[in-house]
Parts: sequence; C-alpha cells; structure tokens
Amino acid sequence: MSATPDFLSRDSFVERDARARVQALVDDGRFRELIDPFERLVSPWLLRQGVVTQSDDGVVVARGEIDGQPVVVLAIEGAFQGGSLGEVGGAKIAGALELAAADNRRGVPTRALLVLETGGVRLQEANLGLAAIAEIHAAIVDLRRYQPVIGIIAGTVGCFGGMSIAAGLCSYLVMTREARLGLNGPQVIEQEAGVAEYDSRDRPFIWGLTGGEQRYRTGLVDTYVDDDSTALRAAVIALFRRGRPAVERSQRCEQFLARLKRYDPAGQVTAEQVRQLLAEGAES
Amino acid sequence: MEKFEYRYPAGVTAGGRAMVGVVGSGDLEVLLEPNAAGTTTVSVTTSVNGYGGVWQAQLDRVFKGALVGPDAPAVQVEINDFGATPGVVGMRLAQAFAVLGAGSGVGSASGAASGGGS
Amino acid sequence: MSHDVKPNDFADGQARRDAGASDRAASQSDRSLSRGAAWLAALTDDATPLAGSPASVRVVDGSLGGEPCRYIAVVPDPANPYPRARDGEVGLIEGWELGRRVHEAIVADRDSGRPRTIVAVIDVTSQAYGRREEALGIHAALAGAAGAYAEARLAGHPVIGLVVGKAMSGAFLAHGYQANRLIALNDPGVLVHAMGKAAAARVTLRSIEDLERLASDVPPMAYDIASYRSLGLLWKLLDVGNADRPEAADVTVVRAALEAARRDIVDDPERDLRSRLGGGANRDASSRVRGRLAALW
Repeated sequence: MSATPDFLSRDSFVERDARARVQALVDDGRFRELIDPFERLVSPWLLRQGVVTQSDDGVVVARGEIDGQPVVVLAIEGAFQGGSLGEVGGAKIAGALELAAADNRRGVPTRALLVLETGGVRLQEANLGLAAIAEIHAAIVDLRRYQPVIGIIAGTVGCFGGMSIAAGLCSYLVMTREARLGLNGPQVIEQEAGVAEYDSRDRPFIWGLTGGEQRYRTGLVDTYVDDDSTALRAAVIALFRRGRPAVERSQRCEQFLARLKRYDPAGQVTAEQVRQLLAEGAES
Repeated sequence: MEKFEYRYPAGVTAGGRAMVGVVGSGDLEVLLEPNAAGTTTVSVTTSVNGYGGVWQAQLDRVFKGALVGPDAPAVQVEINDFGATPGVVGMRLAQAFAVLGAGSGVGSASGAASGGGS
Repeated sequence: MSHDVKPNDFADGQARRDAGASDRAASQSDRSLSRGAAWLAALTDDATPLAGSPASVRVVDGSLGGEPCRYIAVVPDPANPYPRARDGEVGLIEGWELGRRVHEAIVADRDSGRPRTIVAVIDVTSQAYGRREEALGIHAALAGAAGAYAEARLAGHPVIGLVVGKAMSGAFLAHGYQANRLIALNDPGVLVHAMGKAAAARVTLRSIEDLERLASDVPPMAYDIASYRSLGLLWKLLDVGNADRPEAADVTVVRAALEAARRDIVDDPERDLRSRLGGGANRDASSRVRGRLAALW
C-alpha cells in the first residue's frame, strides 16, 4: 500500500459537509452532537430578513475522541451562507471552547479542533457575528494555554475575515491545496483597492498568494495535505501528539517584524518574495 | 421567502428521526421526526417565491407512492430550501427516508450516515 | 458571484468613507490629529509616545488613577511605507507592533505583582486591504495583536477599550475587542461594524438604502453606537462635549470612567469576556446557546 493515496481511492474531505467531516476526524466515526439540528436553535435575525435558516445555524459541535483523547470538534458548514458566523453559530464555537478550557481547569484534557470553512462575519448579523468572533479569539487564547488548538482549512470556501484571525491564533494549522487563508475576500480587496492591486478573478494569482501550498511554504501553516480524509485525520493526530508549541505563532511578533523589515513595500510583492522573506530558516 | 404546509395519509408513528442536507445554493435540508399515527405533515420554507404549484406537484409525487405511500411511517417533515430543483428535493427526501429506515438519525449531505446522534 | 465594478469605486479612500461628508472633510483637513490621536494626547497630557514604534502606532506609558497605564492608539500616517495603510488602518506592521508592545508590558510586569492597565484608544477605520497585506499574512499580524491583548487580560492586566471614533471589523478585533471592559463615546462619529456600508452593500447584493432600512429593524446590523449598546456589549456610554477635540471637562469624564472600569476589573474575579453576556434581549441567544452547551456537555 502506497503512502500517498491514489487519486481514485482517496476519500475527499473537501466534498464532505460539516457533519461528515467530523465523522472522518473522530475515532471510529463516533461522536455526540451538542445542540443538534432537531433543537432548531436557529438564527434569531435571519427570518425577519427573508433568509431561510439552517437548523444548526451552520455550525456542528461534536464531542468525541481523537487518538483516544477527549476532543470537541467545531465544524463550520461552508455551504450555508458561505460559512459566515452569526450570533448562534458563533456562540456554539465560543461556548464549546470555553467549556473545553474549563474542563482542563478541572483536570480533564479536552482538546479542540476547528474545521474552518468560513467567510467570517455573517453581515446579516454584523455586530453580533463580530462580537462572537472576538469571544472565539478569547477562548482560543485561553484554551491553548492547556492544549494545542488545531485548525483545518480544507476549502473550497477557505478561511477569511475575523475567522482568519482565529486561524492565526491556533497552535497548529492544516491546509489543503484547494483551500485559501486570508483576511479579506478577493472581491472586497478589488473593490477597495482596485483590480490592478488585486484581481479577484485571477485564480492562479489568488491561490499563489493565499492558497494552502503557499501558506505552508511561508511558515504560516504547519501541515499541508492532500484532499484525503485519512491524511487529514493523520495530520491532526500527529499535531496533537506534538503538544503545545513552546511559542505560539501569534506570539512571534518580534520575529515577524524583523523579517518584514527586510521587505521594501515601495514595490509590489510576489509569491516568491514572500517565500524568501518568511520561510523557515530565513535569517531572523 | 415563502412557507407551505401539506398533509398526507400515513401509517404508524415513525420509530426515529433523520436529518439530511444543507441550506446551500440549489440545496435543502430535510428533518424527519415522528408524527401522530395516520398523518404525515410537510412544512416547507423556501427562499424562492412563486413555486407553490411546483412544490405541491413534487411532494404529491413523493408522498403518494413514488417514494412513500399511505402506509409509510407517519412523520413531520420540515424542509428548509435554498432554491433546489424538484429533482434535488426528491433526492434529499429519499435520502432522509433512507436514513430514517437505517435508524442512524443524522445523515450527511455527502451521503455518509454519521455515527452521531443519541 | 459577479458584481458590477464602477469606476468611482476605486477613488482613493472614498470606498471606505461611510460616515458622511463632514467626517470626510474633518479627517482630510486635519489628518495630523485623528480622534484617536487627539484622545491619546488628551488622556496622557500630550506625553511623547515611546520611541521605536512606527508613526502609526502610538504608545504612551502614563498613569490611570495613580497606577501605571500603557495607552495605545493606531493613528493615520500619510507617510506609511505601506500605501494601503495610510489612513489609520490596522495593517501588517501595525498588527505585529501592537502585539509587540502589549507583550512587552506583560513581560515587564510579570514579576512585579502589579500588572499595568492597558487602554486601547480605538479609532480604526478598517484593516488594511491590499496585495502586500494578504501575501505577507496580515491575518497572522492581527492575530498577533488580538492574542497579545487577550494574554494581557488573562495575565491580570486590566484591559480597557475606549471607542472614540470608528471600531471596524478586523481592526477592532485586533485593537480593543479583547478588553475586559468596553467604553464608547456617545457621538455620531462613533461607529462599530463588521464592514463599511458600501462594501457591505456590494457583498450582500443590496442597496445601501436597503441595508439602512434593515438596520433599523435588525439592531446588530446598525452602525450607530446606540444600536451597538443595545447588544449589551458596552460597559459604559459617555456623553462628551467635543468628541473630535476633547476639552478639559471631556477628559475628566472619560478619565473617571476609565478609572471606574479599572477598579471594576480589579474587583472582578473573572478575566474572561463573560461580562458581555446577559445585557439584554438582543444577545439572549448567545446565553441560551452557552446554557444548552453546558447542560449537554
């Protein structure tokens, strides 16, 4: 059996919906969903705007085990409203992370795994989405004092907006080639800065700067895997086994500032330049 | 956004529940739960207006024999739709009843039934 | 999803100016003194910011209620080497520098037993939008800032966010949203939101008029500070005479509120953000979800 999954036999993670992704990640595919769809805890804000709600508000909270250790998996459904977070979905993630941290304070080593398929704040809920994301940030920083917090960005929506900051706070990140990680969506950048600055229709350009391979080669994600559920689960297990990093990526302020000092922003930047500036082993 | 309600004759109360699908573009989510014996109710919330007749026709097809008949388990069906075609609606309903029959509770949009749901 | 891109969408800065003509005029005619800069100066008696930070990140070590306090503001720098970060946006350098200065305070106070207060003076129009920014990982830079403020809070530093102007999206997440307590000025120039109106209209495929109509019915979609307050996220909303150029009386009011916030934080056994919950019906679902999760956990 080859180490790399054959294209025909691979089990696409990208094509799985949020619940099926959870199933692929946890031991034996077994999990217990909290606030499941039948509870119908939906957005209080969408109906009055004529937007059809999804019963789980686009977020699955699942308790299970990974590698025999207790874990809560937070999986965002990218197909519902672009994976954008509103009040309820955001509270599901923040609340679960808060409970995981509380577990650790009681001696229970619950970890958290985030499946980030999201455009960020759901604009129909704007300030409540933004506030929830701030609480997600707070909860990640709290929990990562005890356990690594791992984020998976698989695509095809990718991870943008305030949730890209959440990704930046994770202890470890896993990405696929299909995925992108960036703060602002390409269309918004084009609208704000012009098409010469950022052509939202130029896919090779966008993936070249923000796609999984580039983010991996520039040290902004930790593991780069094929779109295969087995490989993704193995990557997550390996990262959890590393334990907490000595220094979190988001704590490396001086290191990043030093590397950015070697870049002259008078000219535009290329993907190759970014690799030279940021890649592991670049002189600090 | 429009809402519709339908009723169909059914058999004994369903023995479980099922959820499939996502409220994504061209797709829908379907929740099945037990209903009092004898009647299946279907409530549809759809993002696309003006298709009441199409919904009626497709659901009549499904519940009057194409998928389930008057002896099928009595369920409350909730559909949250984001512009699916009748074909996709039929597919999701078939999927939901398959999950119900398998007793696994919650099936994913991509076809694999989860080990979750307690 | 396609959209019509109109030529005047790209007029420099215009696309991001949602607050109206008077705000635009004031900002352009007096760029050397944004609200953030004005309030930072007023609260620190015009102290010189620390050397070693870029012009866009002003850090002053002063005091609050007799206790050491680090005040931080992000201000416009028309000479910012990053062309997309010249108007008070939080960009690549700003994000990492905020993180650096906050970590510096954490480390310096670690053994003193008296972690200094940190006041984020908030007037940030947005995150920086640009190719350089995305390519070089601005998401990570803003995480550097947000993470540092959160760590400061967890380490016992009273962190206070003072919204004197705009508090928008990623910039607010990076600079101020991790505060123990949020205070805002009650003023039409104080705006909190996830995206500027013009951009939000384009992304949601609605007109600005539609969005404004929705906002009157959907409080979380509104930009004004009264609507924001109805969400239960603010600790205090302060009336001042002149939000653009604070007068002595205004400084007195705000200082008193900052001091009260500091005491409130010090008296609070918790260092998380739970004080933002339970503030009213508009955030009821946020508490309900947490209650349900705890019951099912």
